[in-house]
Amino acid sequence: MRRNVLPGLRLSLGVTLLYVSLIVVLPLAALVFKAASLGPADYWQIVSSSRALASYRVTVLAALAATFFNLFLGLALAWTLVRYRFPGRRIVDAMVDLPFALPTAVAGISLTALFTTNGLFGSILSDFGIKVAYTPLGIMIAMCFTSLPFIVRTVQPVLEDLDPSLEEAAQSLGGSDWAIFRKVILPLLTPALLAGVSLSFARCLGEFGAIIFIAGNQPMSTEITALLIFIRLEEYDYQAAAAIASVLLFTAFLMLGITNWLQARALRYTLRT
Amino acid sequence: MKIRLDHVVKIFETFRAVKDVSLEVESGELVALLGPSGSGKTTILRMVAGLEFADSGNIYFGDQDATDIPVRDRGVGFVFQHYALFPHMTVAENIAFGMDVSKVKREKAAIRARVKELLRLVRLEGLGDRFPAQISGGQRQRVALARALAVDPKVLLLDEPFGALDANVRRELRRWLREIHTTLGITTLFVTHDQEEALDLADRVVILKDGHIVQQGTPEAVCRDPKSAFVMKFLGDANMLAADVRDGKAYADGAVIDAAGLADGKAELYARPGDLDWAPQGAGIAATISRVMDRPGGRRVIATTRDGVHLELDLEPERAVTSGDNGFVTLRRAKVFAA
Repeated sequence: MRRNVLPGLRLSLGVTLLYVSLIVVLPLAALVFKAASLGPADYWQIVSSSRALASYRVTVLAALAATFFNLFLGLALAWTLVRYRFPGRRIVDAMVDLPFALPTAVAGISLTALFTTNGLFGSILSDFGIKVAYTPLGIMIAMCFTSLPFIVRTVQPVLEDLDPSLEEAAQSLGGSDWAIFRKVILPLLTPALLAGVSLSFARCLGEFGAIIFIAGNQPMSTEITALLIFIRLEEYDYQAAAAIASVLLFTAFLMLGITNWLQARALRYTLRT
Repeated sequence: MKIRLDHVVKIFETFRAVKDVSLEVESGELVALLGPSGSGKTTILRMVAGLEFADSGNIYFGDQDATDIPVRDRGVGFVFQHYALFPHMTVAENIAFGMDVSKVKREKAAIRARVKELLRLVRLEGLGDRFPAQISGGQRQRVALARALAVDPKVLLLDEPFGALDANVRRELRRWLREIHTTLGITTLFVTHDQEEALDLADRVVILKDGHIVQQGTPEAVCRDPKSAFVMKFLGDANMLAADVRDGKAYADGAVIDAAGLADGKAELYARPGDLDWAPQGAGIAATISRVMDRPGGRRVIATTRDGVHLELDLEPERAVTSGDNGFVTLRRAKVFAA
């Protein structure tokens, strides 16, 4: 028998499995069960109602846009924090975690105050005819704010561990900066970027607190899916809430599945024969 | 391509530094930079590559001043100690990288043919589709060399190329690198802290200490005629005895050896284990054998003199000695340096 340094596989496996079952699997199963108690026709009617469809559209599009934006900003931020030494670097590094630490409602209220037409940013933007608060753009900004840390924190350690001699080797072989970034650095960061993207997107889909203050919550235009679920709950329509929630759940699973598959593909080279 | 370093200086905030180094490497020569860690050998190599830049002084490639040419335009092939292969590319893609990113556009088929040719040169035919994680350390270093050679460098630079490999693979790769050098005739500079590697492989050995060149010459020259106690000690095992020089002769604990040209006074006498012999009776340094270590090629004997100095001797395998024997250590040859 293989002996481990630390004993207690059975105990730790038992505890973790029990915990995961209680805290993750059970609520999700209850959700699916609740949704399944509707007949297929009712279920379909609820999840495909025009109000629900509009909420999916605004949620998913804003989440995609926010994640896409954070992909670039997060990578740039991680790059700056790892590659350069400048005064205040540690402060910037600490501030990246702020969206995690801050209650999302606080973030939502602050963003709303900034972006309303008489707010600090909003007044400037409205001069250019751009309205942020109470529009899908506001939803996107709130999502960007709360999901920023994911990509920074997944890419940062990988970038830190990147062997500098790889870049030196590529340089000595005549590679331009752009060629080195595209052919050497980016492929090595891809798995981490994908992990960050999937976490960021999942967070955007489920974000509630930060968004409802800035979104305006107009059904059919700025009402996000999470809010629609909440409204159904308020109406004691638990089955409808569960049905719509199951759509979000399925989307999140699908997204995780896709990114895991992409990640495995990107990490093919680490497999030994 | 001839390389010339002219009064090159590079000071780091840490202890590492290169202080006023001038060096010439002839076209087609294979030269080893040998020194302990912190002697500046890697820094010199990196400056020749263009991965570091000198604080002052110049580096010439042929007649061209290459001091400020960045690495990507310098036309050097660089091989790193830990291979620095791109882990997400196959062996063939690694080798092709330099040709793929080159400003000189090449046909895909031409690149493939060149990769195949290089794989044959480094004897890795059939491994082109593997990833670096799927091949051994020795194979990785050969891929790294093929990748460096793919861009037809004017100069080949190797930074402790065999440092991360085990002893058998090292010896094999050493022989193989020498063969490749003979085939291609490319000017090659390599860094090592392993004196055996430097002596086995190089046409000329440059020995460094604290950022200075302390001696350079053919392996024969530096082995037979070390100019300082440091070189003597660094190139291999050496025994040291305190000696007095009088009238061109060094006297050490009952042994006498020629020391022509040295001023009278205190000196240090150095002798390799093979330069010493053992006699049960007669003249020499009185000593007691404290330990005998048997090795495939002979017997390494540790003898302790009356003053408590431990001397190491290499004797033939047939010699009957055991620990506790009393006798005399005699000198076949030795080097004397002023203390």
